[in-house]
Amino acid sequence: MSALLKKSSPWIGYLLVLMILPQFFDSILAISIFNQMAIAIVFALSYNMLLGQGGMLSFGHAVYFGLGGFLAVHALIMIEFETVYFSIIYIPLVGGFFGLLAALFIGSFSTRKAGTVFAMISLGVGELIAASSLIFVSFFGGEAGVSGDRTYGPPLFGIEFFQNIEIYYLAAVWVFIATLFMYLFTQTPAGRMANAVRDNPERAEFIGYSARWVRFISFSAAGFFAGVAGGLFALNYEFITEENLNAVTSGRVLLMAYIGGLGYFIGPIVGAIVLTLMNSLLSNYTELWMLYLGILFVLTVMFLPRGFAGFIMMHQTAWAQGKLKKLALPYLITGIPAAVFSILSVTMIELSHVEEGVMHWPGITLAQDSTVTWIFLLVATAAAFYATRRTLPQLRAAWDEANHLEDSAQESKQARQS
Amino acid sequence: MIEVLVFATLNGLVTGLLLFMLASGLTLIFSMMGVLNFAHASFYMLGAYFAYSISLHLGFWTGLIVAPVLVGLLGALVERYGLRKVHQSGHVAELVFTFGLAFLIEEAVQFFWGPDTKNYQSPEILDFPLFMLFGQEFSAYRGFMIAISIGIFIGLYYVLTRSRVGIIIQAAITHPNTVANLGHNVPLIFMGVFGVGTALAAVAGVIAGPVLTTFPGMAVVLGSIVFVIVVIGGLGSLAGAFIASLLIGLLQSFAIASDLGMPDLLAFLGVEFERSHPLNDLWTLTLSQVAPLLPFLLLVLVLIFRPAGLMGKREQ
Repeated sequence: MSALLKKSSPWIGYLLVLMILPQFFDSILAISIFNQMAIAIVFALSYNMLLGQGGMLSFGHAVYFGLGGFLAVHALIMIEFETVYFSIIYIPLVGGFFGLLAALFIGSFSTRKAGTVFAMISLGVGELIAASSLIFVSFFGGEAGVSGDRTYGPPLFGIEFFQNIEIYYLAAVWVFIATLFMYLFTQTPAGRMANAVRDNPERAEFIGYSARWVRFISFSAAGFFAGVAGGLFALNYEFITEENLNAVTSGRVLLMAYIGGLGYFIGPIVGAIVLTLMNSLLSNYTELWMLYLGILFVLTVMFLPRGFAGFIMMHQTAWAQGKLKKLALPYLITGIPAAVFSILSVTMIELSHVEEGVMHWPGITLAQDSTVTWIFLLVATAAAFYATRRTLPQLRAAWDEANHLEDSAQESKQARQS
Repeated sequence: MIEVLVFATLNGLVTGLLLFMLASGLTLIFSMMGVLNFAHASFYMLGAYFAYSISLHLGFWTGLIVAPVLVGLLGALVERYGLRKVHQSGHVAELVFTFGLAFLIEEAVQFFWGPDTKNYQSPEILDFPLFMLFGQEFSAYRGFMIAISIGIFIGLYYVLTRSRVGIIIQAAITHPNTVANLGHNVPLIFMGVFGVGTALAAVAGVIAGPVLTTFPGMAVVLGSIVFVIVVIGGLGSLAGAFIASLLIGLLQSFAIASDLGMPDLLAFLGVEFERSHPLNDLWTLTLSQVAPLLPFLLLVLVLIFRPAGLMGKREQ
């Protein structure tokens, strides 16, 4: 009983956070950001079923998101014209169902191989569908897209879903269900075999599993949940365009999952939250936020190949040994010049693009055409970079120290293993 | 009719040869490092933008020489300090890295040059019709593009098969360890090939910029098509890439030039549909409408039925 409680406690916490969030942040902006996050979390998690769990790098995952979304909007239209009559709370299921159908069809030929061949097929299929969406105007609505109205269905306990906050609670429930089922999927034999096929398809075949079949199951499940995310999108925005199934959206979900961390279940959730925040908050302050996103992404791939979640998990050994404290000071020593370097770099990037020629920071005003300012900024940035480089070896030494298993600890670990 | 065919062939040839300049570098890089470089078309775009900036001060011809060199150096730096580091985390990480790089370069181009189209002009010397056919002009600049492309193809072929450097490169592709044991610096060879490959892409950008317009989306427009070519031709095969480039170039220009479509087919079959038919979009489809779709259709078909491509030797 206590084991069950221990297992389910993160989930109860997750549900509580989802339910309580609007109590603390109840502005219209906050709710709209939460709704975007909810969509992004389901979408990114479904992408991780492919790349993280199954080792299939897809450049066309938006196809299932978009197709699910388009069918969901068409379902909304059908509800409006009373062709069908059901509550809109089931709309994500409609999206999921059509995402699944599309994945069943496309997966039947694309999952034969993983690796580059799979990536290329997903790219080709993605471009194919995106291009045809502009041709078949009656279904996809051309460049304007199609729009519906979510308020026509039968009300649920008197709620007619006029407001975003009502959609938030609906989305939160769906996000919880989808997250739970995607997690449970990783625990099923199919989910476990997906990991095996990712790591070594040949060995998986030798113990009697068809690698292609295993990939196909993961692929279909991922298509289903991407469709659910598309259905949530349709409910939230009440319209959908060609842009939601093209390469830009496919690229964005790859970014989310990768920045968050592919190897961990919570990685894509972290990535979805970070990217949605960047998207909606940073874009208010600067037009160059996409540039920062690109820099962040490339740096993540280079220096944190396991993403943000991986970076946090790296500290597990030190944490278990109670040595995390030893890392605090070295982190601070390297972190301060690194932060100064980042701030100064951003200042220079922004200063080169300010419109009025001057930039106002709290307390300071910088002029774009002042040579002295530029020389000062360049020198200070270089100095901060140099200081970061100089303190790095210390950090590395402290890191090795903190992660060094002492002999007794090592012995007890070995004893436990045997 | 015949004039449409002739001009479609000529235009297809120009596009195909241009695509080959990109595809050749991409396929060479792939056969060396086993990574498909998503950012390859971004280097093509950088070539066009660098050449545009240089041509403002020093003229087109200086840009033609200097821009590819600069882009090649940049490519070599990317290989040395980026790709080589990411290589330790595996193939997926490499592919994702080049994808991120393509994203970053597009944003950087908008940062430095702005989001609008640049007025990058072809040189005035080549501003005359090369010949007249059926009352239509074929500009000298397009002839120049064909000449440069063919020149590069011959040069590349000669270097790779006849010169000592080419033989070492070919050996390093198949037997990197043996080549290293013979005393050659294999990582340096890799860096050089990456640099030359990106420089070739930049040459394509320099000469295509004035014709296909220089704007921040030009990498995306061509990027996925080049991928299609490399895959259809067979990953790692130069000859395959050449055939596939011409094939795609001709296919697209013929599809755009033709006025055939579903209505003709339906008329031929004697079938008619009301305009209110739910699939009306399908029955009124023309070949020129589906032209941008054809390469991807071909890609998916090739990958399903012949994953090794036209000339590929091994299945990846």
